[in-house]
Amino acid sequence: MSLDRSQQLELYSRMLRIRRFEEAIVAHYPVGHLSIGQEGAIVGACMALRDDDYVTGTHRSHGHPIGKGAAINPLMAEIFGKRTGICKGLGGSMHLTDTSLGLICESAIVGGGFPLATGAGLSIQVRKSDQVSLCFFGDGAANQGTFGESINMAAIWKLPVIYFCENNGYAVTTSVAASHGQPDIARRADGYGIPGVIVDGQDADAVYEVTQAAVDRARAGEGPTLIEAKTYRFDEHSNRLAIPIRYRSDEEIAFHRNERDPITLYRARLVAGGLAAEVEAIEAEVTCIMADAVQFAKDSPEPELSDLTDNMFSNPINFPVTREGIFGDA
Amino acid sequence: MAQMNMIQALNSALDVMMERDPKVLTFGEDVGYFGGVFRVTDGLQKKYGLKRCFDTPIAEGGIVGVAVGMGAYGLRPVAEIQFADYIYPGLDQIISEAARLRYRTAGEFTSPITIRSPYGGGIYGGQTHSQSPEAIFTHVAGLKTVIPSTPYDAKGLLISAIEDDDPVMFFEPKRIYNGPFDGNHSRPVTPWAKHPASEVPEGHYSIPLGKAAVVREGGAVTVLAYGTMVHVAIGAAEATGIDAEVVDLRTIWPVDIETIEASVKKTGRCVIVHEATRTSGFGAELSALVQERCFYHLEAPIERVTGFDTPYPHSFEWNYFPGPIRVGSALRRVMEA
Repeated sequence: MSLDRSQQLELYSRMLRIRRFEEAIVAHYPVGHLSIGQEGAIVGACMALRDDDYVTGTHRSHGHPIGKGAAINPLMAEIFGKRTGICKGLGGSMHLTDTSLGLICESAIVGGGFPLATGAGLSIQVRKSDQVSLCFFGDGAANQGTFGESINMAAIWKLPVIYFCENNGYAVTTSVAASHGQPDIARRADGYGIPGVIVDGQDADAVYEVTQAAVDRARAGEGPTLIEAKTYRFDEHSNRLAIPIRYRSDEEIAFHRNERDPITLYRARLVAGGLAAEVEAIEAEVTCIMADAVQFAKDSPEPELSDLTDNMFSNPINFPVTREGIFGDA
Repeated sequence: MAQMNMIQALNSALDVMMERDPKVLTFGEDVGYFGGVFRVTDGLQKKYGLKRCFDTPIAEGGIVGVAVGMGAYGLRPVAEIQFADYIYPGLDQIISEAARLRYRTAGEFTSPITIRSPYGGGIYGGQTHSQSPEAIFTHVAGLKTVIPSTPYDAKGLLISAIEDDDPVMFFEPKRIYNGPFDGNHSRPVTPWAKHPASEVPEGHYSIPLGKAAVVREGGAVTVLAYGTMVHVAIGAAEATGIDAEVVDLRTIWPVDIETIEASVKKTGRCVIVHEATRTSGFGAELSALVQERCFYHLEAPIERVTGFDTPYPHSFEWNYFPGPIRVGSALRRVMEA
């Protein structure tokens, strides 16, 4: 199954929103792990999901809520640490969890999302819903114990989970080749008796198609799929970490930026399909959305100190025991 | 002697130990080729080769577990956990294996491993890059837990940790890797070069585990601190003009109770400062010990200045971080009591 033209334009818009969102962060509030270069994998996967499907994210997760279609303003405000942020300014860059669109968690703990996505899948099954749960993870996360623990459970219980690897080639500076006995992560699926699929993560349509097949399989009760999108991180691991050594060549980076940019590739496809005017309209719209979001974030109020206690417990009992335990003593 | 920041001093400790003892090796996420995200292992792979300084997959349970295995069979591994916030997948191996191996084999096996990990806040890292989990480890029988506050101490303590035949948790206050930080976050960072404890011998020396240091003498109140908070406490004492004695615990467990007891019996007052969450933080243990040992000498209730009973929030970094204003207020309160 392929996307129709309006869906393709939406896909392009979401990829561009991720790119421009992160460029705005770099310009105004430079914290975080950027997804630039990986937008095709992220949005291609999300386009196969419904609004009520679940997604877990990672430390590199600005793109996941945007890919799912989230409103930009609360995400930007969260980056800026404002009260209007999606986590009221208390979570920050690595915790842009838009629960209205099924985002369960964005955890900066590598591998933290596998069991959560699996549990969400089990919940779907128990409730006899036809939702699916999609777990985004990176190549580095595949080496955590939670990977195997979770996929095995999903396999034996035939849970509606899609384990979606954004393989960008590097865990900080450590390459896939240096840290994986089997560098094709999708081939690990054999060990759990589930399908494993490799796809070009820079081709958003191709990503959509394999993800849609996995989603159909999951909704039909046939169990989980492991998808590995081969993609590339254009920027450094984090824009707060200086890396003075060379762990990948300038030529390699230039090749991906110049020849393998998922947004450039997709734009060319749309323009060749006669959608130049629509593409340009989207580009103008996204520019406005980001300018508005930055202004919204700047104008938004700071959180109040009393906000710190609001979400510690559903049912606070004797909390806080002492004022010093929560508000300090100044 | 050479001038070193804390990163260079830790690097020097590893270098000295790897040079002296072929059984010492170090590994972790991005530790080998890159030299660690904080550069503590910079140059070691080049000097000692791929078998003695190497990268691992992202798998903290595996990293700690293989260290235990190596330690049981003749090696003296130093594992790095990239951030203390990432250590929890390794907890089972630390608690159930490293801390208990010797006891359950009647001393036949030991676990002479060191687990290094940067910890603490004040770096805008949010809830998963700022934590201070030291009290989880002091609660586990069989572990030693060390936290340095200067380059000189960092090197001497890390050498002692590596030479020790028991498992040592070595938490490095990352906020002061590059300079002593007194909590005045709006001022420029002071480099270590201006601090006397940045003069570090290039060769081997050690600072014994289990020995605190009185880093500021005073007669009015004892401040118990470790890591970054040592510098905040000194700054707060100077800013308030209160004649505070600052005790840098250095090894938080086994704690140097004699030094603490002598100081509190002299001053009659005690303020405890740590970044970690307040409830069941290490300050609670210190407070209990001081109460048990010094009750009849106390002129005022013991005060704790700590992080909050919440995750480290993205906003409010400098409310959560126990800075000089909060420490100063506590000092004034115990003096007025």
